[in-house]
Amino acid sequence: MNPFLDERWLAAHDEYHRLEDYQGSTPRWCSGCGDHTILTALLRLCRDEQLPPEKTVFVSGIGCSSRFPHYLKTYGFHSLHGRALPVAEGIKLRRPDLHVFVTTGDGDCCSIGTAHWIHAIRYNMNLTVIMHDNHIYGLTKMQASPTSPRGLKSNTSPRGAYLDALNPLTTTLGVANVSFVAQAADWIPEVLHQLLSAAYRHRGFSFIRVLQRCPNYLPTHFDAWLQDPNRILLLTHSQGLQADAALARIYRNQCEHDPADLNRARELSSHPELMPIGILYRNEQVPCYEDVRRRTQTFTPEMIARVLDEEFDQFTVEPWVGAATVAEPNPPAPARATSPSLNLEAGPAQPRLEPASEARS
Amino acid sequence: MVSNETSAPGGRGWPTNGKPALELKEHVVEVISDSGEGAQKCAQSFAAVAAKMGNGVWTVEIIPAEIQPPARSMAGASGNRIRVGSFYVTNGGDQADLVVAFNEQVLLGRLQAAEIKPGGIILLESKWATDPDAQIAHTYCEVRDRLRSEGYCLYEVPMETECLKCVSDARRGKNMFVLGLLNSLYSQDLDISQQQIVQTFGKKGAKVVQANRKLLEAGYQWAEANLDLKFRIPPAGITEPQIVVNGNTALALGIIASGMEVCAMYPITPATSASHYLSDVFEKAGGVVHQAEDEIAACCFAIGASYAGKCAVTITSGPGYSLKQEAIGLAAMGEIPLVVVNVQRGGPSTGQPTKMEQGDLLAACFGTHGDAPKVVMAAACIEDCFYSMIAARKIAETYRLPVIVLTDANLATAQQPFVRPKFQKEWVAPPIDQSPVPPGVRPYEWEARTGLSERFIPGRPGGIHTLTGLAHDRQSRVAYDPEVNQEGIHHRSLKLAAFQQTLKPPGVHGEDEGDLLVVGWGSTRGAIEEAVDRLRAEGEAVSALHLTFLWPMPSGLQEILRRFRKVLAVEASWCDRLEDDLVTEDNRRYSNLAWLLRARYLVDVDCWSEVKGQPIKPGSIEAALRSRLAGIPHRSLDPALTPSI
Ligand SMILES: Cc1ncc(C[n+]2csc(CCOP(=O)(O)OP(=O)(O)O)c2C)c(N)n1
Ligand code: SF4
Repeated sequence: MNPFLDERWLAAHDEYHRLEDYQGSTPRWCSGCGDHTILTALLRLCRDEQLPPEKTVFVSGIGCSSRFPHYLKTYGFHSLHGRALPVAEGIKLRRPDLHVFVTTGDGDCCSIGTAHWIHAIRYNMNLTVIMHDNHIYGLTKMQASPTSPRGLKSNTSPRGAYLDALNPLTTTLGVANVSFVAQAADWIPEVLHQLLSAAYRHRGFSFIRVLQRCPNYLPTHFDAWLQDPNRILLLTHSQGLQADAALARIYRNQCEHDPADLNRARELSSHPELMPIGILYRNEQVPCYEDVRRRTQTFTPEMIARVLDEEFDQFTVEPWVGAATVAEPNPPAPARATSPSLNLEAGPAQPRLEPASEARS
Repeated sequence: MVSNETSAPGGRGWPTNGKPALELKEHVVEVISDSGEGAQKCAQSFAAVAAKMGNGVWTVEIIPAEIQPPARSMAGASGNRIRVGSFYVTNGGDQADLVVAFNEQVLLGRLQAAEIKPGGIILLESKWATDPDAQIAHTYCEVRDRLRSEGYCLYEVPMETECLKCVSDARRGKNMFVLGLLNSLYSQDLDISQQQIVQTFGKKGAKVVQANRKLLEAGYQWAEANLDLKFRIPPAGITEPQIVVNGNTALALGIIASGMEVCAMYPITPATSASHYLSDVFEKAGGVVHQAEDEIAACCFAIGASYAGKCAVTITSGPGYSLKQEAIGLAAMGEIPLVVVNVQRGGPSTGQPTKMEQGDLLAACFGTHGDAPKVVMAAACIEDCFYSMIAARKIAETYRLPVIVLTDANLATAQQPFVRPKFQKEWVAPPIDQSPVPPGVRPYEWEARTGLSERFIPGRPGGIHTLTGLAHDRQSRVAYDPEVNQEGIHHRSLKLAAFQQTLKPPGVHGEDEGDLLVVGWGSTRGAIEEAVDRLRAEGEAVSALHLTFLWPMPSGLQEILRRFRKVLAVEASWCDRLEDDLVTEDNRRYSNLAWLLRARYLVDVDCWSEVKGQPIKPGSIEAALRSRLAGIPHRSLDPALTPSI
């Protein structure tokens, strides 16, 4: 019996997790930053789903948005700029028992991490990916992002961004094995929360782009949508977003969209004027990479020994009986360049590792 | 070399025509053809038979640079070099003593590369002499006559004609004919080859086996009847079961044996074949090979898998290693165990993808930005490739850091039998710890003396923290305080000191003091020690020192270096030559290891290197050592001091 597995721990385990239980250190985002709302929505999600904090991992890249894991009290991995997805994939492949979330920015995901983003869609691992899209690089102080609209003035495009923006929705919808795409906006928290839940509950790679205000660098950038709710198109469906009366009063521009309809999803996401909010696409049938690659065997030393033996058998050369008889006095074999150099003297034992119990995976 | 008559054992009842066999200490044999003609299979079978006969063996692949080079081209030589010895063979040796060539063009390719001994024995397919294409016939005859006049001992072998007596498609049968021929030449037991054929072709059915046996016997008999050559290389006294694999397969087997469960990779020559083999067998042992979208992803994937489970491994070569550098820094900063294998090839850039070089040592030690302490070690032989994975995994997990294992294209494709390992439970990583973390213990509870701390794998209650690549405190909180940053760097660095204390000083090959110490690392070990032995046999006070751990290095090295009048690093990474007009002691670029030794030990280490993309031959090293020795005044050349070998 593990000495630490006492009542206190068991109680801690069975405890109902309140919102505060998921709160980490105090966020250092600017006031009014959209990231705050996204954090609140995710705290709610963790609470509503009662995710065991020790079984939950938030993985991020680098950027303002990628500070996210520090502000939660779950396991977190604040990795490298652009590389959150492969890190999360490695975690999920090895530990399908963990709930793995990825928070990433538009520069992180759609610029430096593009290759990983595209391939992550194709791997379709069961991850919830929240892409905070503020149309600008925040952490590095206002450079153009791939999602900056043409003409947007930034420190690297003082006369306005030169190129048309990359559309993360149509891009995601164009990749093989896409299985969940949604769009939310930080200023409609009810919808954000609903969509995050749907994303979390989808088994597969759930990509949710959240339009996120950066009042520090682009204080008025989303004003047009804030001030004119009619520029927003709510996508509702019995299998998708449900707009309650209060919401419906503000966002009159609604349409029924069946998340199974991929072509329509692509059309809606490339609309020149309207900003679709809701579930664009969902397909539960796409296989997950971690299932495809699921281990059929539990790893034991005995099994390793057996496999090694089988393999060694194939490569073994048994010296022939005559081999031992050295006809001529032979010079002794020179000192062999073998492994003893690698037989380390016992180094410090593994520091303080308790008798380990096998992971539940 | 003594010529003495022995009863050349052709196997039970195989005629030997009573030819006397010349007894040899060793021979280097090459079998070369256009690709697809099976020279490799033939040579590998020959090597396996030699190993079974108890000989020491080292094989080197001869690979054309292109996937489908044109037939009969100098650049298209495909096959193997086999060094067979009456001793434990540690390297590919010098120029070939005997070569079997399926056409004169591939032969010319090897001659041009200076891989064949002047005056060596050549066995050449003769069918080209009567080729319907007059140009071909002419070229063949011209080459044949020229080589004879140059003193090569050239025999024409009617391979095609003889094979057609046994099978209808001679192109696919020549290799077994040649195997039989070599069995006769080297007085090998034909029965062993027969078994070898059953093993190789058994799956293809009795008819195929039968045809190949016929070809084998035909080759044997043709040689007995038509060649006045017969050699015998006495066994080396190897009696234990041996594993015959190349270094990449050994790496893959080592990964399985180490209990690592995830290998993430992106294809790159010459590392890929390790993943090919691993992809085939890893799942049986519960492991996964993940082919990522690029090397950055592969490294990060391995880091993710390590973070959430047992230590994972990523395998690559130079260009891929460059891409992984940032992520290796993350593993160092986050103290995530990680094994990175770099099967080095020629560089920079795309360099020489299929060729051997040792140019990545400094990149491995220092390539990552910032202070990113890591362990760097190198395999020196095929057996090391296997055991290095077990050691690397253990070090990475114990010290929570990345371990870089360097091998190279030479080890990747070379085969050298080694004693079949006996599995030990301790090799395998223990199951991951999911027990609750004791209250009050932090994720980086750096021990003051060693810098070590316990790793909290997700799933452990009470261990919640956010791992970050940012400077952080013991709680893994982002450090805004300059003191905290320094504290982290300090403790991560201490771990290397703690690890270094566990290293044994390496043994000197030869005397502990003398005129010249040759220092090397990686796959050059066998060749260096052989060159040193040759000079020691002449009474020179030369020794060799080979390093397995390059970073950190074991204690005691400085004392060893200082006991020699001159220290020379020998490696396949470029160093400037002082003979060049503009090169001076002030601007000379040293080879990788020389830089390290000079910087660490304040010893005036000289260097000699060769970067021809080929494993360095003992003969080249020998020549270099001779010239360095000549520059040492008043050498202690005393045969009585040095045991002759
Ligand atoms: C390899 C590397 N290149 C560049 C940077 C600098 N960098 C940090 S965050 C960032 C962009 C962040 O923009 P975004 O992903 O949109 O996140 P935001 O800060 O806007 O939330 C850049 C360029 C880095 N940390 N690493
Ligand atoms: S700079 Fe912009 S994105 Fe970053 S915290 Fe401030 S408001 Fe948010």
